[in-house]
Formats: sequence, structure tokens, C-alpha cells
Amino acid sequence: MFLEWVASLIGEEPIELYILLVFMIAAAIIAVEIEDLLSSIVAVGAVGLGLSITFLTLKAPDLAIVQLVVEILCLIILIRATIKRDITQVKGRQRFITILTSLTFIVLFLVLAWSSLKNLPEFGYPIMKVAKNYLGEGLARTGATNLVTSVILDFRAYDTLGEVTVLFAAIIGALAVLRKIGRK
Amino acid sequence: MSNKPIKSNEKGMTLIVKTITRFTVGLILLFGIYIVLHGHLSPGGGFAGGVIIALSFIHLMLAFGKEVALKKLSQSMASFFESLGAIIFISIAVLGFLGGYFFLNFLNKGEAFQLFSAGIIPLANIAIGFKVGAGLFAVLLGLVLLKIGGKE
Repeated sequence: MFLEWVASLIGEEPIELYILLVFMIAAAIIAVEIEDLLSSIVAVGAVGLGLSITFLTLKAPDLAIVQLVVEILCLIILIRATIKRDITQVKGRQRFITILTSLTFIVLFLVLAWSSLKNLPEFGYPIMKVAKNYLGEGLARTGATNLVTSVILDFRAYDTLGEVTVLFAAIIGALAVLRKIGRK
Repeated sequence: MSNKPIKSNEKGMTLIVKTITRFTVGLILLFGIYIVLHGHLSPGGGFAGGVIIALSFIHLMLAFGKEVALKKLSQSMASFFESLGAIIFISIAVLGFLGGYFFLNFLNKGEAFQLFSAGIIPLANIAIGFKVGAGLFAVLLGLVLLKIGGKE
């Protein structure tokens, strides 16, 4: 009875997506509210795991691998390896201003998202004008059986070049700021 | 306490973690290399594989302390490999001018589902794997060394 009601509520879309969504929202709330820093990071990792499984159910294994590796492992290991103590919390009047600012931005974001998401095509049925071309001719024109790779390294290689440049600049900047002894 | 023969045992985590790490770290590195090399055949690629390669070194550093990891790959070497990856990637792109335009797939396409196929795509994957792996490890080393330097 209850399940039928839920099924009528969500229509044709797969139910596991909604379960994952609820799980991710719960984990995100836990991550914000919990006191201990390490537990909070583990909760953020749970959000990442949920997102990774979501990508798998939506048939995007490449994204799932990157999500798993970057969000969960990197986040936890980076923070475990570098931070030992908790971060200080804001209190008093400052806290009131922070909450007010966050609520304002949440409302603003929801309004803007609602007005723009109305115009998007329906979930799971994109207008595949460009992608149809790639799916049809990808193997013949690049020889790569993984179509994601053939798009990011052949059809859209300029995007990857930009990404690599951004990564390079970020790492050089981090190393320049974080070095132990400065040079004159 | 009186005379410990192995000095490296004093730093890092417990014996259990060290033993498990000794068995798994090579497999993790191998898996990262596999993900990079098979990026054009199966899910994965340079970015994911590079992060896995970097994580194998970070795993070593967490278990044994930073000296052991620095002996395997020092910060200047990590920086060098990162720049090398960037240079290889941009040279592959520029070599496309041999046939006409930037990022032209100028090598032989080969047979589908073979390891040596798809022209420049596996080479570009290897370059990105170098870059991401070494770069991530270098940033983590920077963070760790800065914290230790700040304490003294």
C-alpha cells in the first residue's frame, strides 16, 4: 500500500535513485552537524559513495571510478594526512549573521534553480544532437572502444588541454605557496 | 628498547598496518598503471589512474612515515614528472601539425579492442597519468612538509 503510493508519487523513474538521494542528503546533514572532524569527513565520504553508485546506476562507469577515487579516497587521505586538530567554530553574533547569509543564498539558489530547471529537457531523454554523432562515428574515427576517452582525448581534446593547464597552474601555485624556505 | 636493529620501525603506524601495506601497495600501483594503459578500452583513463598511482605513494607515506616515501619519490622528482607529463601532452598535440591540425590523431588507428590501438589516445592518457599522479603527490608532500616545518 505504502510502496504503491510511493511508486505513484515518483512515476516511471527507478526507485534506487531516490533511495540514494535520501541517503546522500542524510549523510550531508550529518557531515554538517557532527562535532568531530574525522566523523564529518567520513560522512562526506558517504555522500561521495552514494554519488558514485548513482553514476553506476545511470550507466556512467568512468565517472563512478573518478568519483570514488577523488572524492572519497583523496578527501579522506588528504585531510587525515594533513589536519590533526578541529577547526574553531564561529559563535555569538557572527553565527547569527552566518546563518542569515546562508539562508538567503539557499533561497536565492532555489528560486533561480526552479526557474531554470523548468526549461531543461526531461530526465533521461536528452536532445542528443551532438552525442548521436559521436556515438555513431566514435569507434570508426578514433579506434578507441571507450567512447568517453575518445571524446575527451580526441573530439574535445581542447577541453582536456585546458583542464591540464588549470591543474598544472594549480599545482605550481600550491607548491610555490607551500614551500618551506623562501627564495630572495 | 635497548637495541632495536631496524630504525624505520619507530616511525609511522603499527606493525599490522605496515605488513598489510607491504603486500598491497605494489598491487595498488599496478592497478593504477592498468587503469591508465587501458583507458581507451575500458572505463578509467589518465585522471583516475593517476590519482590511484598517487594514492599508492601516499599510502606508503601514511604507513611508514614520510622518509620512506620521499626515498621512493622525492618532491623534486615528483615536480619533474609532473612537468614531463605536461610537456608530453602538449608535444602530442603539436605533433598533430605533421598531418594538418592541432590534436590530429596522426598515428595508425589499429584494430578495436587491442591494447595498441586508437593512435595518440593511449599516449595522451599516459601523459595525463604522469601529470596527475606526480602532481597530487607533490601537493600532498608540500602540505605535509609545511606542517612539520611550521611546528619546529
